[in-house]
Amino acid sequence: MNSVILKAGARYLAGLLLIFSIYMLLRGHNEPGGGFIGGLTGATGFILFAIASGTKDARLALRVEPQSIAMVGLGIALLAGLVAAIFGDDLFTGQWLFLGGNEVEKGLPISTVLVFDIGVYLVVFGSVLTLLFAMEEEI
Amino acid sequence: MEALLALAIGFLVGTSVYLMLSRNVLRFIFGLVLISNAANLIIFVGGRLIVGAPPLIVEGALAPAGIVANALPQALVLTAIVIGFGLFAFALVLMFRTYSTLGTLFSDQMRVAEPRENFET
Amino acid sequence: MDQQERTEDRSALIIGILPVLMSSVLFLWFLGFVPQIAEGLVIRSEFGWVPSLGISFSFVLDGLSLTFALLISGIGSLVFLYSNTYLSRHAHFSRFVMFLFAFMLSMLGLVLADNLILLFIFWELTTITSYLLIGFGHETANGRRSALQALFVTGAGALAMLAGFILLGLTIGSFELSEILDQSDKIQSSGAYELILLLILAGTFTKSAQFPFHFWLPNAMAAPTPVSSFLHSATMVKAGVYLMARLHPGFAGTELWLWTLTIFGAVTAVLASILAIRQTDLKLALAYTTLMALGTLTLFLGQESGYAMTAFATFLIVHSLYKASLFLVVGCIDHTTGTRDADVLGGLGRYMPITTVAAALAAMSMAGFPPFLGFIGKELKYAGALGVASEPVLVAGAVLAANALMFTVAGIVAFRPFWQNRKASLPRSPREAPWQMVIGPLILAVLGTAFGLYPDVLERSLVAPTVASLLGSIEDTKKLTLWAGVNLPLILSLLTVITGLLLYWQHQFLRAQLSDILAQLPSFDRGWDHFLGALKLVAFWQTRLIQPGLLHHYLFATFATVWAGLTLAILYGGIDFRFPNMAKISLQGAAVILLVVGGAAVTTVTTSRITAMAALGVVGIGVAMIFIVFSAPDVAITQLLVETLVVVLVAVALLRLPRLDVERSRSRIYDAALAVGVGTLVSFIVLAVVSQPFDRRVTDYFETVSWPEAFGRNIVNVILVDFRALDTFGEVVVVAVAALSAYALLRVTAQSKQKR
Repeated sequence: MNSVILKAGARYLAGLLLIFSIYMLLRGHNEPGGGFIGGLTGATGFILFAIASGTKDARLALRVEPQSIAMVGLGIALLAGLVAAIFGDDLFTGQWLFLGGNEVEKGLPISTVLVFDIGVYLVVFGSVLTLLFAMEEEI
Repeated sequence: MEALLALAIGFLVGTSVYLMLSRNVLRFIFGLVLISNAANLIIFVGGRLIVGAPPLIVEGALAPAGIVANALPQALVLTAIVIGFGLFAFALVLMFRTYSTLGTLFSDQMRVAEPRENFET
Repeated sequence: MDQQERTEDRSALIIGILPVLMSSVLFLWFLGFVPQIAEGLVIRSEFGWVPSLGISFSFVLDGLSLTFALLISGIGSLVFLYSNTYLSRHAHFSRFVMFLFAFMLSMLGLVLADNLILLFIFWELTTITSYLLIGFGHETANGRRSALQALFVTGAGALAMLAGFILLGLTIGSFELSEILDQSDKIQSSGAYELILLLILAGTFTKSAQFPFHFWLPNAMAAPTPVSSFLHSATMVKAGVYLMARLHPGFAGTELWLWTLTIFGAVTAVLASILAIRQTDLKLALAYTTLMALGTLTLFLGQESGYAMTAFATFLIVHSLYKASLFLVVGCIDHTTGTRDADVLGGLGRYMPITTVAAALAAMSMAGFPPFLGFIGKELKYAGALGVASEPVLVAGAVLAANALMFTVAGIVAFRPFWQNRKASLPRSPREAPWQMVIGPLILAVLGTAFGLYPDVLERSLVAPTVASLLGSIEDTKKLTLWAGVNLPLILSLLTVITGLLLYWQHQFLRAQLSDILAQLPSFDRGWDHFLGALKLVAFWQTRLIQPGLLHHYLFATFATVWAGLTLAILYGGIDFRFPNMAKISLQGAAVILLVVGGAAVTTVTTSRITAMAALGVVGIGVAMIFIVFSAPDVAITQLLVETLVVVLVAVALLRLPRLDVERSRSRIYDAALAVGVGTLVSFIVLAVVSQPFDRRVTDYFETVSWPEAFGRNIVNVILVDFRALDTFGEVVVVAVAALSAYALLRVTAQSKQKR
């Protein structure tokens, strides 16, 4: 596509969508959002960029192969599930750690559940991009 | 409201069956998209419909106040949508490859795996 | 000879020598048991395998199994030595040795096994190794056909036999032969006795090539000669006979046992002897006499008298010795002259003196001349046959006919090629075969002579213990002796010799006559081809019926089955259906639903790709709106995002595809009817589901513990990443696999296209 406006705009829009996707991912546990929605949003941003500037530039901007992202995501999700075994729980049981907590405030939560959701995000993001880049290039 | 949606689901399933029975694989894919939607709606409606009360817990509360929409079918449908997308994309790619290799979209003419050969004794 | 060939030769030497050593060691080891077994000892050993099913590695060594074990390992070591020369130049020599050794071990397992299931496993192993060995010359169509035929016939019989074994095991409550055979009353009085017996006999008759399953054995002669000598004469084909002998204590004594074995054994023996005369190929002639021997052995196993059992045990050993020897002799002749045709061969005695001696000794034993072991065997056979209480004349007549014909075949195989004048020139000039090939037949033939001169040794060491395994004690063993005085068996022997000589004198004429007669009769071998052809036709027909290769057929069948199954379930299972309350319909909801229905309808009828794409988009957005209206924000967002991606994908692919056609096929009416049926049914079921009272227990649980235990206020997300995280993990794996498969489909095929 040879639209200058789209090309210029897509660059910023893609960045915005990526940041928004991470926002959706992180707030997912308490508000609508989460790994699936975040991953899809992030992928949409990159696809917009790919449509405007071509998949070659999009791949360059991504720096890593999308299928590697998906595989890393699978690994992260699996590890997050396996951590529970160290603490003697059943697999995929959420483990929580609250940083700086006191009696009133619980503190900053760090959890395997969030790690798992990040894994989901990466799998969805990587898989969708794998598909779409391949289709754009080969068809 | 559930009743009306049930009728709509039946209509969706009917149209998708008709499309999937077509000899044109492109129509088959359309049917696949429709039947995925119908399946998601069946799960969703099975958990009953509630207007204006998403399954969220207000900050400070321990549990949702009053009756909220059923969260379980929503979780099931959410993943089903993503998987349905994966299936659709794969089917589309498969169809495209088939078309570029065999030069036809008609399933009756796709006879590479099960050729119409004659039996030799 | 270059370096590589030399190393190959050396490795072939090692490959060839090892099995000779191993089987000789085995033979000597078994020989060491002879004194103990002769005293009446029975040695058992057992290791657990699948104790819950009553399957164990249990082995038993008694007279019967020791006799077989000695024959197998003894003849085995001679055959291995023989093959070292016979086949050493063959490209697949090491493969051959491996098959043959595997066969020998399975055969030993078979005769030593005390557990029915274990026995069956070894039985099948011999079937498979036999298949591989018959098909060793797989380059020829005949080799492949013969191998497959043997596999099918014996394999089918073995399956029936397995059913019989299982029935037997369940009836008695144990799979251990030593326990089963003690309870012959229980076996014979059980209602399943006839069925068990017939099923097991199906296995033994196919394995031992009894009429009407005899046709595979002559075809098995496609195998290399050492194999024919070892498997299809001395050992494997006797597995069926072995099993009948093994089961004799438990099963014999009924009319069914007596007459089945006697009649089939007699028919096989006589028929095979007649067919043997017709052959000009020495190997085939021997193959038919093997059939005759198997028939005779079966016939004797039908009886229960001491004479019959002694005759069985003696003839078993006699036959293995002379037949293996004669096969190996034929192999020597074939190896050095290049032909096995009885009409061509002649005058070899001068060039192959040692082979001639071996052949003469073995053939005299076969023909039943004194003082060879064959003579004693024959006398015992007549005594045994005359001992058949009900029909002595019939049985003795059958044995007489078979023996006389065997006398003739002995002359054809071992006399004519060596002594008669040659009529045609040979492909290669004859000379003595190498010592490795001559020594085997010579040892076997000399053993047949030695045992004939000193029958006591054989009687005490092997015959009596074998009879004891069959009848329970060695008391019933009859004396093995060369001279028993002038009696009826001796007179019958004289009659045999006279008839045999007459037949030999006229055998050329007889052969011509037989060929004419047999050409008129239906052949089992051709029947087999018809049978296989019909089987293939049926398979083809039913495959095409179920699998026409049309997607439409498959989908129509699938949907029709779903429809019929659900309808039947509703009709017979009943369904609690209340007509729903249509009052609570909101305008907003109705509008969205109308949008979905409209989109689906347009997708179905349009012939434009763009319209269809847009209509699908409308359906997707409509569904997303349903999720929004009914309080599912997460699902709605996901649906909208996916809908966007679908549009992108379709936009990329769809416009490169051809336009949609207009469908005017008549069969679309049936499709529409089925679609209406399935749609109506689904509506009905969903209506029935939603009119039921709702059980919120699971949802209530998630709602109450979502924050206190899982620290999340978005219940949907908490379910996804915490409560049901394993499911979610499975689902993302599916997504990743779908993406990678699609990627591979595009990339790999695109690359191969570039290469082209």
